[in-house]
Amino acid sequence: MKELDPWVFLAVLQEMLGPLLWGLLALAGLAAIGFLAVLVRDRGRLRARRLVWAEAAGLLGGIAAVLLTHAVTDSGFADIGGPIDWVVLAAIFLAGGFGTTIAAYAVFGLTGRNDRRHRIAGA
Amino acid sequence: MSLRRPVSPDGSAAAFLDRRRLLRAALAAGTVAAAGGAPSRSRAAAVRTRARIVIAGAGAAGLATAARLAARLDGAEITLLDRRREHLYQPGLTLVAAGLKPPGYVLGETAAFVPRGVRWIEERVAEFDPVARRVVTDAGRSLPYDHLVVATGLQLDYAAIAGMDTARIGRDGLGSVYAGPEEAAATWRALSAFADRGGTALFGRPSTEMKCAGAPLKHTFITDDILRRRGNRGRAELIYNAHSGALFGVPIVSERVRMLFEERGVRVNYRHELEAIDLGRRIATFRTPSGPVEIGYDFITVVPPMRAPEAVRNSPLPWQDGPLAADGWVEADRATLRHPRFPEVFAVGDVAGVPKGKTAASVKWQVPVAVDHLVADIAGTRSEAAYNGYTSCPLITRIGRAMLVEFDYHDNLVPSFPGVVAPLEELWITWVMKAIALKPTYLAMLRGRA
Ligand SMILES: Cc1cc2nc3c(=O)[nH]c(=O)nc-3n(C[C@H](O)[C@H](O)[C@H](O)COP(=O)(O)OP(=O)(O)OC[C@H]3O[C@@H](n4cnc5c(N)ncnc54)[C@H](O)[C@@H]3O)c2cc1C
Repeated sequence: MKELDPWVFLAVLQEMLGPLLWGLLALAGLAAIGFLAVLVRDRGRLRARRLVWAEAAGLLGGIAAVLLTHAVTDSGFADIGGPIDWVVLAAIFLAGGFGTTIAAYAVFGLTGRNDRRHRIAGA
Repeated sequence: MSLRRPVSPDGSAAAFLDRRRLLRAALAAGTVAAAGGAPSRSRAAAVRTRARIVIAGAGAAGLATAARLAARLDGAEITLLDRRREHLYQPGLTLVAAGLKPPGYVLGETAAFVPRGVRWIEERVAEFDPVARRVVTDAGRSLPYDHLVVATGLQLDYAAIAGMDTARIGRDGLGSVYAGPEEAAATWRALSAFADRGGTALFGRPSTEMKCAGAPLKHTFITDDILRRRGNRGRAELIYNAHSGALFGVPIVSERVRMLFEERGVRVNYRHELEAIDLGRRIATFRTPSGPVEIGYDFITVVPPMRAPEAVRNSPLPWQDGPLAADGWVEADRATLRHPRFPEVFAVGDVAGVPKGKTAASVKWQVPVAVDHLVADIAGTRSEAAYNGYTSCPLITRIGRAMLVEFDYHDNLVPSFPGVVAPLEELWITWVMKAIALKPTYLAMLRGRA
C-alpha cells in the first residue's frame, strides 16, 4: 500500500466491491444529476425548507456511514487510537452526510415534497 | 469480496496499463513512482518474443508474476506449474483464527487468476535442473525453459516438532493458525473455549525464517483481547516464547511490542523454541540455552519451523553457504531477485533467499522488480529496478486496532503515510485497512493491477 496511484486505488475498489462499485457510482451519478436538474428547474435557487429536510436526512446518512464502517470492520468508537482516526471518522461521516444530502434534496425536489415558497439565494 | 470473479481480458488490461503509464509520466518524478524502487514503466508497447518462461508455483508470487509478464510480453510461452487448485489468501487466516471470518474468506480458485495467454499445468515441480535449464514435474513431464521464476512458497515443517499432529488442531487446547483455513477455524474454537475458562496459554515462533513474523504476535494480542472481552483476563496467563533475545527482527518494533506485552501482562520467555509437544498431557518442551524446559498449558498455538519445499532443497538452486543455506532458500540477489549462479532464474515470494520479506506485501514489491529484469533480458536492455527489502505487517494489537509496521532490509521504518499514519501507534485506521482493504489489494496484485 505504498502506491497512491489512482488506478491502483480503482483496482482495489473494484476487488473490494465487485459489481456493487458500478451500482454505487451509478447511484452517486444519478443523485448528482437529479440535484442539478432540480437546481436548474428552480433557476439556480436552493429552497431553504427542502434543504433543511435534506440536511436532516444527510445527518442520518452520515451516522449510517459511520455505523456501517464499524459493522463491516468489527470495531467501534472505543477503538479510536490517534488524531488520524478522528479525521478518518469525520471524513466518513461527512462523505455519507454530503452524499445523502444531495440525494435527498434531489428526491424531495423531484417528488415535490417539502416545497414551500421560502427561498435562499444560492448555487 | 469474492475471489471468483473472471480475469479481465488481456486487451483491456493492456489498455489499462497504458493509461496507467501515461498517468505515471504525468506525475513524472513526483512522489509516487520513485517510492520503494518501483521499476520504471516507461516502455510503452509489449515486447515481442517467443521465450519459454516457466513459473514454478501459482500462489501469490507466481500469479502476480504471470499477470505482469503476460501484460508486458507478446508471444511468450508462459507456463505456470502448481498442483493446488484452491488459492489461499493467507493473511486472512489471522482473522479466521480470531473468529471474525469464516474459513471461506481465505479460499479462492487458482483458475480465476490465471491470466489469458498463460498455460497452467496442474502438476508440481519434482526436479529443478538449472544446468540443463529444465524442470521435471511429478507426472514425469519435462519442461525446458529460457527463463525460470521460482515461486513455490515454503513448506511448513510440523514433523520437526516431536509429538505434533495437525489432525488434532482444535482439540485439547491445540491451535495452529498457519496450517490452513479449517485449522485456523479450529484454532478459534480452541481459543474461544480457553477464553471461557482461563488457564495458561503458550505462543511463540520457530527459529527458522518464517512468513509473516508478526502473525504469532497478532495472535497473542487477539487472545489477550478476547479474554478481556469475556471478563476472564485475570484467570489467564499468557506466555510468549521468543526464539531469540528479541520479539521481532526490527529492533524498534521489537521494543514497542515488548512495551505493549508488558502493558497487557503478557509474560515473555526469550530463547525458547518449541521442540516437542505432548498433546495428551498438554506439555510443551522448549529448546533453551540451558537445556530443555517443559511448560504445561491449557491452550497453545504452534507455529512450525519453515523451510523451502523439498524439490527446491534437493536442487542446485539454494544458497550453498551462509545463514540461508540450511533450510534451502533459493540463492538470489537481494536487489534484483536474480540467481547469481543461474542468471536466467529468478526467485520471488517466500522461497526467495533474501533477508526479511516473506509477506504478501514483499511479494507486491519483489514481483515488478524481477519481471522488469526478466523483460529487459528478453528485450536486450538493462533494468535499473531494485527491491529495497520492503515488508509490511499490520500488527493487530487488539480487535479494532493495529500498528502499521513497514520496514526495509536495513531495519529502517519506511512508512507509506509518513506524518499521517504513525508506524508504531495503535490505530483504528490501520485496523480498518487490514479488515477491508488488504484482501482487495492482494487480489488486485494477483491480477497485476496493484
Ligand atoms: C497466518 C499467516 C498470516 C499472514 N499475514 C500476512 C499479512 O498480514 N500481510 C502480508 O503481507 N503477508 C502475510 N502472510 C504471508 C503471505 O501470505 C505470504 O508471504 C505469501 O502468500 C507468499 O506468497 P508465495 O507465492 O511466495 O507463496 P504461496 O502463496 O504460499 O504460494 C506458493 C505456491 O507454490 C506451490 N508449490 C509448492 N511447491 C511447489 C512445487 N514443487 N511445484 C509447483 N508448485 C509448488 C504451492 O502449492 C502454492 O500454491 C501471512 C501468512 C500466514 C500463513
